[in-house]
Amino acid sequence: MTIGLLALQGAFIEHEKVLQSLGVDYFEIRQLSDLSKKMDGLILPGGESTAMGKLLKDLELFSPLRKMIEDGLPVFGTCAGLILLAKTLENDSRIFFQTMDITVKRNAFGRQLASFMKLDFFGDKEIPMIFIRAPYIHSVGANVQVLSSFDGLILAAREKNMLVTAYHPELTKDTTVHQYFLEMIKNR
Amino acid sequence: MDKTRYELNKELAQMLKGGVIMDVTNAEQAKIAEAAGACAVMALERIPADIRKVGGVSRMSDPRLIKEIQAAVTIPVMAKVRIGHFVEAEILEALEIDYIDESEVLSPADDIYHIDKANFKVPFVCGAKNLGEALRRIAEGASMIRTKGEPGTGDIIQAVRHMRLIQSEIRRVSSMREDELYEAAKQFQVPLDLLKQVHELGKLPVVNFAAGGVATPADAALMMKLGAEGVFVGSGIFKSGDPAKRAAAIVQAVTNFNDSALLAKISENLGEAMVGINEEEINLLMAQRGE
Repeated sequence: MTIGLLALQGAFIEHEKVLQSLGVDYFEIRQLSDLSKKMDGLILPGGESTAMGKLLKDLELFSPLRKMIEDGLPVFGTCAGLILLAKTLENDSRIFFQTMDITVKRNAFGRQLASFMKLDFFGDKEIPMIFIRAPYIHSVGANVQVLSSFDGLILAAREKNMLVTAYHPELTKDTTVHQYFLEMIKNR
Repeated sequence: MDKTRYELNKELAQMLKGGVIMDVTNAEQAKIAEAAGACAVMALERIPADIRKVGGVSRMSDPRLIKEIQAAVTIPVMAKVRIGHFVEAEILEALEIDYIDESEVLSPADDIYHIDKANFKVPFVCGAKNLGEALRRIAEGASMIRTKGEPGTGDIIQAVRHMRLIQSEIRRVSSMREDELYEAAKQFQVPLDLLKQVHELGKLPVVNFAAGGVATPADAALMMKLGAEGVFVGSGIFKSGDPAKRAAAIVQAVTNFNDSALLAKISENLGEAMVGINEEEINLLMAQRGE
């Protein structure tokens, strides 16, 4: 199994370290020629979605990646990656892949002073969750499964081949969410 | 500051990696920077090149300007305070700034003490010329480091010198025997526990960006190849002929710093670069402020 990591900007090295610890092969996607390599899954890391969105388009990665996601390539987006996949952004007109039926609020908790860490459930397992200027999912379509939520806010979800978290599992030592993603790929 | 808050602040810097942080002096420039792919903006009244030209005492920006820039963009907004001026920092914290740069670009407010950054909830980035300075700033609570370079010159030589020195000192510390670290901590004038972290990690315990004198995509790529985890561009963008185009090209250069064919393509026809001043022509060396 090989994972492609979008490595345009942000915290992709942290995902690489998790994949290393789980013994999974990966490569970085920085330009169009990288897409000729075969991948079984795609990770969209944390960072700034506007920066990644601009680079996706300038480097002509946007359309081919969207096609791969639409064709069923398993994809895991954390934070900015979640924003890249969202169909609708509540407080921003700049939208990206729009492949996942979720409505998202950007910087939903506030500025850096509002960043926080807490323990909560992903599915039925309690894990540490780190929120950095994080978004949350305001509402989801009928086919979306909610995997984490608190106070009525949806913080992790899955629709078919797409998995998203508003928090950063790659910044913790807990590999639950990554393992869930690897299972999605195996059971594809 | 509690440990969790410090970790969260270091983690915001991790999200900025591989990105370009651009100096902007108004909301309109902030929007241009964001649209060009900046991962954050630095709000200031005058870019370093103009601070140099105008002279006089340079201070924290007008809070109104900072608020306008905060309202204009969704990416993190940073702002500068004078070295040691903890009240300016308290004001920026009250504005909920995303990152404070305790910066040698402004006139220092204190020639002995830096701000006790551990007392703040908002994160700080500080400049450094060498490993000792970097670790002293981290000991004071900085959660991100940048090279000092020589701001507002468009001359990359000082940023290169600082990055090379920091990286070579890190390599030297990494290769030491553990019992040599006690003496090294004395020589570097830094806390032993931070030096031990450098020894184990083979890098600084926080994110390290390049800053000061970056004017072209090639400059940005050079700094990435020398070990920077991202780049600050100050005067280089809005002092050039076509800011939006140059900004977007520098963003691409930081992502694909290893691809010289792509660098050749994006370096083409960028319009005039900032004029720049050579190192030996400068009257004021900002990098010497704050050790």
